[in-house]
Amino acid sequence: MKQWIAGAALALATMTGTAYADGHSSYPERPIMMMVSYGAGGATDFQARIVTMTAGNEDALGMPIAIVNRPGAGGRVGWNWLATEAEADGYTLGAYNIPHFVAQSIEGGVSYSTDSFEPIANWGADPAVFVVGADSEFNSMADVVDYAKANPGGLTFSGAGLFVGHHIAALQLEKAAGVKLAYIPNNAGGAGAMRAVIAGEVLGGVNNLSDAFRAQAAGNVKILGVFDLERNEEFLPDVPTMTEQGFDIDNASVNFRGVMVPKGTPQPIIDKLAETVPAMFGNGRVKSRMAAGGSPMAIMSRDEVLEMWAAREETLKELLAGL
Amino acid sequence: MEFLYYMGDVFTPINFGLLLLGTIGGLILGATPGLSPTMAVALLIPFTFKLEPQQGLILLGAAYTSTVAGGAVSAILLKIPGAPANIATTLDGHTMATKGEGAKALQLSFIASAIGGLFGVFLLIFLTPVLAQWALAFGPSHLFWLAILGVTVIGTLDSSSVVKGLLSGCIGLWLATIGFDDIMGAQRFIFHPAVSGGINVIPALIGLFAIPQVITMFTKGRRNDDAEVINVKKHPIRLAFVEVFKRKTALAIGTITGSIIGLIPGVGGQIAGLVAYDQSKKFSKESDKFGTGHSEGVIAAESANNAMVGPSLVPLLTLSIPGSPTAAVLLGGLLIHGIFPGPDLFMNYPQVAWTFIDSMLIGQLLMCIFGLYIAGLAASVARVPHAVMAAIVLGLAVFGSYSVQNSMGDVYVMATLGLGMYFLERFGFSAAPLVLGLILGPIAEANFIQGSMIANATVGKATYFFTGWLNWLLILIVSASIAYSVWMEIMARRYTTKDDAVAKEEALS
Repeated sequence: MKQWIAGAALALATMTGTAYADGHSSYPERPIMMMVSYGAGGATDFQARIVTMTAGNEDALGMPIAIVNRPGAGGRVGWNWLATEAEADGYTLGAYNIPHFVAQSIEGGVSYSTDSFEPIANWGADPAVFVVGADSEFNSMADVVDYAKANPGGLTFSGAGLFVGHHIAALQLEKAAGVKLAYIPNNAGGAGAMRAVIAGEVLGGVNNLSDAFRAQAAGNVKILGVFDLERNEEFLPDVPTMTEQGFDIDNASVNFRGVMVPKGTPQPIIDKLAETVPAMFGNGRVKSRMAAGGSPMAIMSRDEVLEMWAAREETLKELLAGL
Repeated sequence: MEFLYYMGDVFTPINFGLLLLGTIGGLILGATPGLSPTMAVALLIPFTFKLEPQQGLILLGAAYTSTVAGGAVSAILLKIPGAPANIATTLDGHTMATKGEGAKALQLSFIASAIGGLFGVFLLIFLTPVLAQWALAFGPSHLFWLAILGVTVIGTLDSSSVVKGLLSGCIGLWLATIGFDDIMGAQRFIFHPAVSGGINVIPALIGLFAIPQVITMFTKGRRNDDAEVINVKKHPIRLAFVEVFKRKTALAIGTITGSIIGLIPGVGGQIAGLVAYDQSKKFSKESDKFGTGHSEGVIAAESANNAMVGPSLVPLLTLSIPGSPTAAVLLGGLLIHGIFPGPDLFMNYPQVAWTFIDSMLIGQLLMCIFGLYIAGLAASVARVPHAVMAAIVLGLAVFGSYSVQNSMGDVYVMATLGLGMYFLERFGFSAAPLVLGLILGPIAEANFIQGSMIANATVGKATYFFTGWLNWLLILIVSASIAYSVWMEIMARRYTTKDDAVAKEEALS
């Protein structure tokens, strides 16, 4: 009996001990949850499910990652929750979208900023592109800007909302071309914005490269320019960047997607995740599924992401100061 | 007729097994309050990783069709609509169940669902190119007028009083403004973190319908044990078929309204059932019987919400734009296998595309067969004593609200709205107009703002909202709908004596 009690006590000690005392060496001991602040079926949700599907493998975390959606208000609801209510125990991860959450924190009215989270790794980079209907008279960005110059404030174009990558791209275009445009934020996100372009409700639109690529393949739109530093060789090698077309626009609107944890998560766990997660994203099965879905990948380590966040915050502060 | 060519693929052992699994699983998921079709399909996506694209889509298609129909089970037996699509089913379905006709109501709803559903899928098969244009025709101004049309329905939905119907609709419209606004990101009425994302429709739906039921069951207590148990009348399936085909008007209006409204991206699924219910009430010879357990109400509502399934996929399959949240999830299921929907989907992947559509056809029939089988069993739910039933429903309500986004905030919202609704019901208000307001508010508002922004940059508001044949048509229907309500109200006043009014009030309280 005594032995039994001693054994139980020992077992209990090791159980609690590993979890709390000796530097989380056995993390993770149970399945992990990852919060996605957009609805099921959206691009972020879709990609998050693919890149985490191998988490349960022995060479990855050894425990599955479950996706939980907390959509609302352009992602604000989910990120507010992650910053204020989520437990910083390493079992609650969150997906981030840059520049969305940085732009929202600069705009105000939310309880998070870049200081509220610790990045783990980046999995994807989806540049914004400018699309027009397949039968539109515009064939280059020069045509678009000429029209805008002739009709100040009359060039209507759609995007997924305010203070998201599409809006940033729109602001950059306005600034670089020196014209006044009519940006129409859509309440149904990127899909709604694309529908408005195809139906001819607006003259053009800013949209995700991945969605625009599909719409172009379906013969519904023309893609006139990429809001990035380089052309996208994988999906759209023929579409020139904005810089090539004479507009000084950098990659501030590129939608970077990755994994982060709330501030206060134990450092050993952050280190462990930062080491394992990029390798998990690099898995061959993940890569082939992402390519099949038309989703461009960009795997970045924790240090690279920290740098990217800081750089992005600076650019956005400058850009949004004029609003 | 290409779809017949691929019909055989549905019946290979694995595919048919998955179809059965999807259908039965979908019925169970659909009958669970809070698990909407979107959630059910999203839950199944991970399973399709391991399957062939064709098999994965069979599973998803079958689950989509049967969850929509499965929602009728809880709507009829428990008065909790499984999803917004089933709200209209509660109006007559649950009244039938309390009269002991639960089995009949379920049979009618499954037969009507299958007929509507088959019609919708056939539209998808034969008229897709035409329908795709129609799906694009609705811009912000048209969606705004459509939402206003929905608002005019609010008044007549509640059979007891137009004024009370409008009042509870207004409460719903106000509730819809809570949270961050969809377009500008402004914060409105955020008095508690639980509502910072706005009032989610599913928890609100569960709270408004289920909680007053639960409280009523508890307050009855154990005093009159005999009165608690409702007899369930057996109802032969043959008679159910006869009944459905006798109510041709309701069936036709439900099916056609459902198909047309289902096409419109972003609006369709949620209000198809309610609009069809309202229309068939207006066209019915026995419109005063609606709301008192009338079979036409169930038939119209259920045929509409399943007729919507096929057409709601048109924008996805032809234009690659998901028109509803469920279609967005299905898009994910396609993309994961590297299949891009679009006009050449049927040329590049005929096997996948046609088998998917065929599986929805067969799925409708299987759903009807299993539905009719469980109708006999499920109706005995009414025999469960009230105290037990109340506890079960309360448990389901909490589970359903929590599971939408794993959030206790939604449970608080559900409980608060439910408690409020209990007292509102005491005063003769009903939940359906309130939910309709909650659903329509954001649609009307967002489209008005978007429309105005486009209008200001181009032709001006007056031209944008008041010209074009589609705007005119919708304005005309809106005016007709208002005129009809006003006329009915006047007629009812003229022929209602004071005694009638008092009797009506007493019956309500």
